[in-house]
Amino acid sequence: MQAHVTTRTRASTIAAFAAIALILIGFALPAFASRVMIQDMFFILTMLMLAQLWNLIAGYGGMVSVGQQAFVGIGAYAMFGGVLIWGWDPVAAIILGGFAALALSVPMAFFAFRLHGAYFAIGTWVVAEVTRLLVAQWRALGGGTGTSLPRHVTANIWGVDWVADLFDVRQAAARDILAYWLALALCILTIGAIYWLLRSRTGLALAAVRDNDEAARSVGVDARRVKWMVFLAAGFMTGLVGALIYMQTARISPDAAFSVTTWTAYVIFIVVIGGIGRLEGPILGVLVFWGLQSAFADYGSWYLFALGVIAIVVMIFAPRGLWGLVADRTGLALFPVQRRLILPER
Amino acid sequence: MNLLETRALTASYGQFRALFGVDFRIEPGEVVAIIGSNGAGKTTLLRSITGILRQTPDMVIHRGEAIGAMAPDRIMQRGISMVPEGRMLFPSLSVDENLRIGAQARRGAGRWVLETVFDLFPILLERRNSPATALSGGQQQMVAIGRALMSNPELLLCDEISLGLAPVVIRDIYAALPLIRESGAAMVVVEQDIARALSIADRVYCLMEGRVTLEGRATDVTREAIHAAYFGTQEKVQP
Amino acid sequence: MIWVETVIQGLLLGGLYALFAAGLSLVFGIMRLVNLAHGDLIVASAFLILMVVEFSGLNPFMSALIAAPVLFGFGYVLQRVVLNRVLGNDILPPLLVTFGLSVALQNGMLELFSADSRRLPAGGLENQSLNIGLATVGTLPLMTLASAVIAIFLLNRLLYATALGRAFRATSDDPVTASLMGIDPKRIFALATGLAMVVVTLAALYLGMRSNFDPSIGPARLIYAFQAVIVGGLGSLWGTLAGGPIIGVAQTLGAQINPEWQILSGHLAFLIVLILRPRGLFPRARD
Repeated sequence: MQAHVTTRTRASTIAAFAAIALILIGFALPAFASRVMIQDMFFILTMLMLAQLWNLIAGYGGMVSVGQQAFVGIGAYAMFGGVLIWGWDPVAAIILGGFAALALSVPMAFFAFRLHGAYFAIGTWVVAEVTRLLVAQWRALGGGTGTSLPRHVTANIWGVDWVADLFDVRQAAARDILAYWLALALCILTIGAIYWLLRSRTGLALAAVRDNDEAARSVGVDARRVKWMVFLAAGFMTGLVGALIYMQTARISPDAAFSVTTWTAYVIFIVVIGGIGRLEGPILGVLVFWGLQSAFADYGSWYLFALGVIAIVVMIFAPRGLWGLVADRTGLALFPVQRRLILPER
Repeated sequence: MNLLETRALTASYGQFRALFGVDFRIEPGEVVAIIGSNGAGKTTLLRSITGILRQTPDMVIHRGEAIGAMAPDRIMQRGISMVPEGRMLFPSLSVDENLRIGAQARRGAGRWVLETVFDLFPILLERRNSPATALSGGQQQMVAIGRALMSNPELLLCDEISLGLAPVVIRDIYAALPLIRESGAAMVVVEQDIARALSIADRVYCLMEGRVTLEGRATDVTREAIHAAYFGTQEKVQP
Repeated sequence: MIWVETVIQGLLLGGLYALFAAGLSLVFGIMRLVNLAHGDLIVASAFLILMVVEFSGLNPFMSALIAAPVLFGFGYVLQRVVLNRVLGNDILPPLLVTFGLSVALQNGMLELFSADSRRLPAGGLENQSLNIGLATVGTLPLMTLASAVIAIFLLNRLLYATALGRAFRATSDDPVTASLMGIDPKRIFALATGLAMVVVTLAALYLGMRSNFDPSIGPARLIYAFQAVIVGGLGSLWGTLAGGPIIGVAQTLGAQINPEWQILSGHLAFLIVLILRPRGLFPRARD
């Protein structure tokens, strides 16, 4: 047996089997779960995707964007545009949302990459604000007050009837199930794609760029190309998620769709609390976030106040998040990206 | 009584152990040279004394007080001043301001003020309003020494002050050291240039791989003993 | 003629933005820290001044004088206890901590003061105006711009003509070597943030007298402040003084064309500067 380099650990192998089991249970869930649970799962999955995507660009790429709401918003609005103006089916229009976000991420990257660090953060925020203000001028989609998907559209989404027959539920519930399945599939795709990316040569390059931009360049990593690629990919995916979220809610307004609190602040908290710069972090973070929200959302602003304070405390005392604490104690890695040298046994 | 001493000083950077139980001492007014090759632990020793590397308190004793865990600014305020390796001038500050900032924590009156530093290094007077980093390497080294003197230290630590300078410039700078000594300050001179160091020192320490391999009066140590201590070709030499 | 007046109004509005930006610029210049809670701290300071006004019956100017040392202390403690712990080569921790602070502040204020719009009673000052030949301008906006110029002038004097300013700049260059000069970098940073909070108090005073404020408006003020800093050039206080009015003029010109375009045209001006001069209009020579 020769020495070889691997990223696999025993925990990751177990995790892989557990993940397959979880995915199967996930797809079968609508058969026995309540509508509220399906909605909660939809919320968890979509927030998890947003968190993973932000973690990819900020935690792995070092690009701290505070403008991700631009992609959620433009994705959602493009989806609405596709449905209301061109008469597309909402499910098909989700793809349009992704491409609209991709198109927006090009100028955003163009501006924001001229800025560094915290100024990058606010630069992305400004582009998101500009997008929000421009979209609010779009009268066909309700301008500043927003609009809804009409009933005849939501009732005729591809597959809704089939789902309604399958589980013997009403159309509204069937739409939730459909959205949930799409979210689950997209989430698997997102996490899988990020995991694949991090294990590829590009992932190594990304880590090198984050750790030291100039050093990475000096060993032949094209830092700009890697950053552009990751930023654009994350923008595209975030747009898909945004479109999916608003297909489910079926009602949109610029303030909600471009909300920095919902689509960026919460997402950042999820990543920070769970553990930045690792795939497990957002998963743990979104569960903690959802738990906190279920338990304390009635307290309104105090809840958000506490969330802000928790983020500060975590950042000071456990800068690698809750998963960082777990990993330090146990050495557990469900998605190992670290390459380890395995020597042949003698 | 010793002005300053280290007792069984150990230091590490993460997994890497840089010092293994170094005992070092210097008396008031004394000039001590520390020689050793790259990576011998010379700079680590100075970083431990100045507090940049925090230690357990009683590893570093100044005037009978344990200062090993003190912050650099407090150690400096006790009269221990450093000319750091690489000079480390403040690029946003002019020559004049770089010197003045050395007096930020000045303790009482003393010989060193702006005028006496300019007497020591007259070229600095001409360049006093230039940005410090616009000066030549040798002039920058003069600013760094002057800056350290401005607080009237009783102990001046000089880390590799000849590094990267032309021989003629080194000669000028070393010519200033006896004048500094006359002002009563004790000096630790860290050097790779053995002959240069011995020419001004009362005593000498040689470090190798984080341990003291030789200690003795500068006039007593032989070439062979130093050679052995520096390159580790023999067992520890007791001069 | 209307355009001349619009530009003048924009310049005066820019005075307010320069005040928003001065604290941000100072803190960035000294410790490379961008405080994402800056806007919310301005709003919180306005609420503090309002509380002093309501409890003491003093006018807002006197109340701000009372609030300033309190806010200096708050800034000092905030830096010492929280922000100093996360300063370092990695820019992520300070960013995330100040973002958390921003959300905590907004929602804390919402609970304490409700979402109602408030205003500092300026005692009729807000209605007074002066004729300066080209246009009639409000007394209060004129005072804002004058205060911005004076504040930035004084900050510059402090930085370049005092021992404390020298320590600020040295610490900014190299905190480790500064500590070898007997300077405690953590204390210097705390003093800088305290000082920035005094400037924030001044900004809050004029914000509160000139317009309504509520707990939610902080982030927008942060963006204006940030745009002024970038447009002016990082680390240059005089640049910041120029950057504020540029954003202000862009906003009033946009609003003149279509009231809905005020904020948008400010953003667009910022983006245009970013394309043409990525380092701002008056960048510091070395950074």
